[in-house]
Amino acid sequence: MGAQRNKKMEARDVRLDFYNGRMNSELPVLDGIDLTVYEGELLAIVGPSGCGKSTFLGAVDGLVAVSGGEIRVDGVRVDRPGCDRAMVFQNDSLFPWRTVVENVSYGLDIQNKLSKSARLDRAMSLVELVGLKGFEKHFPHELSGGMRQRVNIARALATDPELLLLDEPFAALDAQTREFMQVELLKILGRAGKTAVFITHQIDEAIFLANRVAVFSARPAKVQAIVEVDLPAHRSLDIKLEPRFRDMQEHIWRLIEAESARTGLITSTVGA
Amino acid sequence: MTDLLIKTDTQAVAPRKSARKIPGHWQRNESFYLGLFAVIAFLIFWEMSVVWKLVNPLFTSSPVRIIRAGHAVFADGSIYNDLSVSGIEFALGYGLAVVIGVPMGILMGWYKRLNALCEPFVNALYATPRIALMPLIIIWFGVDLSSKVAIIFLSTVFPILVNTMTGVRTIDRDFVKVARSFGASDGQLFLTVALPSSVPNLLTGLRLGLGHALIGIVVGEMYGSSAGIGYMMQTAGATFQTDRVMVGIIIIAVSGMALTQVLKMIEDRFEMWRADSRG
Repeated sequence: MGAQRNKKMEARDVRLDFYNGRMNSELPVLDGIDLTVYEGELLAIVGPSGCGKSTFLGAVDGLVAVSGGEIRVDGVRVDRPGCDRAMVFQNDSLFPWRTVVENVSYGLDIQNKLSKSARLDRAMSLVELVGLKGFEKHFPHELSGGMRQRVNIARALATDPELLLLDEPFAALDAQTREFMQVELLKILGRAGKTAVFITHQIDEAIFLANRVAVFSARPAKVQAIVEVDLPAHRSLDIKLEPRFRDMQEHIWRLIEAESARTGLITSTVGA
Repeated sequence: MTDLLIKTDTQAVAPRKSARKIPGHWQRNESFYLGLFAVIAFLIFWEMSVVWKLVNPLFTSSPVRIIRAGHAVFADGSIYNDLSVSGIEFALGYGLAVVIGVPMGILMGWYKRLNALCEPFVNALYATPRIALMPLIIIWFGVDLSSKVAIIFLSTVFPILVNTMTGVRTIDRDFVKVARSFGASDGQLFLTVALPSSVPNLLTGLRLGLGHALIGIVVGEMYGSSAGIGYMMQTAGATFQTDRVMVGIIIIAVSGMALTQVLKMIEDRFEMWRADSRG
């Protein structure tokens, strides 16, 4: 890794309060997030349940307005969704009335950048990239959960974003499929050469995928720690059995556990 | 063995032609033949109960009598005028309801303020049996074509409008988020998310509206008119021509079924993507 690392995304003192109209109260969700994502890396965010990880990602995508501070992507301040970012949502949320290839080309259709045939070609190449060749004419309900998430990822990659945002994309999958999809994601991102921010509540998933793991505190969220993942770039699932992987997992779990205990989310701190 | 597709972790196995045995003609159409059998058995039973004088044909008519009466009204040509009058009433009333109900429903589903303005009227009229308006409509439009078009329109427009509106209003929030995330404008959000996701509701509205339109035709023509299938049935009934009344009922039933079938085909065309549309 070079000494000079380009900043792809920079969040400075990002604050966000949710207004509850019924209670007429402000709920602080993000309490001054400082976070940098460097070009080409995959940064994972973990944290206690409900800490505001997804809200932060929504703010980076421009779907949620921040109350204070700023987020910059390639130096440009984020205030709305843009072509330079793409989000992979937790629920695959594929349009059921569109076929696989039509779903993948959705972003291209909206952004209307290419000719119709060029959009279709690009969508087809992404369907191939995520390993779904032969399924392009299928409707989402004809696919398995893992395949649907592949389409979801392809849809986000199709617009060729500078920054890929993934909001717990594998949370709804069974444990086995999830492990395979983790390997797949690394391959796909390696091939596409993207910078990505990945949210998960699975610590092993975070370590396995990421170059760095940001640990968020309980709500209102701050960045509690950033853990460098010192593992080789090409990873296989075997790595999860190695002692240093286990150590890192333990370390991050301690951080989250302490935080959860502090806020009363769990009542005891007896080790796992 | 050589050309077996091996599942690897990068490439899901592509679908291939099924090697399953195709079920035979009888097995595939079992429910159709059961239905056909029941209908034929019923018709024979009906005819026989008249032949054996178990019932009076003045009340029940019989399949053979109905066929004879049907043949007669088509042979002397008297039915054609009634058919065309009812057909025109239906086409105008239903067509007008679709042309006004669908856009209104979409707009009311999309714009909360417009909905707030129109909702009291829509709710009141949707809850009222529109047939109750018939005396008023006769006063306004007289007994010729326009009063029937009006009652068919009123019967049909609300189910279409209300269902379309519900469809637009109950869009999945996740779809909206996806569209927004890709930077969709309001117009794009409408065309690519709101419209396609409300198609199933819209079609349900069209189907419900169809039933209401047929009621509108028959009751409207019976109430006050000088031609049409409903009028023909009304006069035949008043003179105890049970066979002709039955002919009218069959014409209405067959057109209702045919129109529903047409809508069903449109629905299948649009709902290919729905998991529960098959089987």
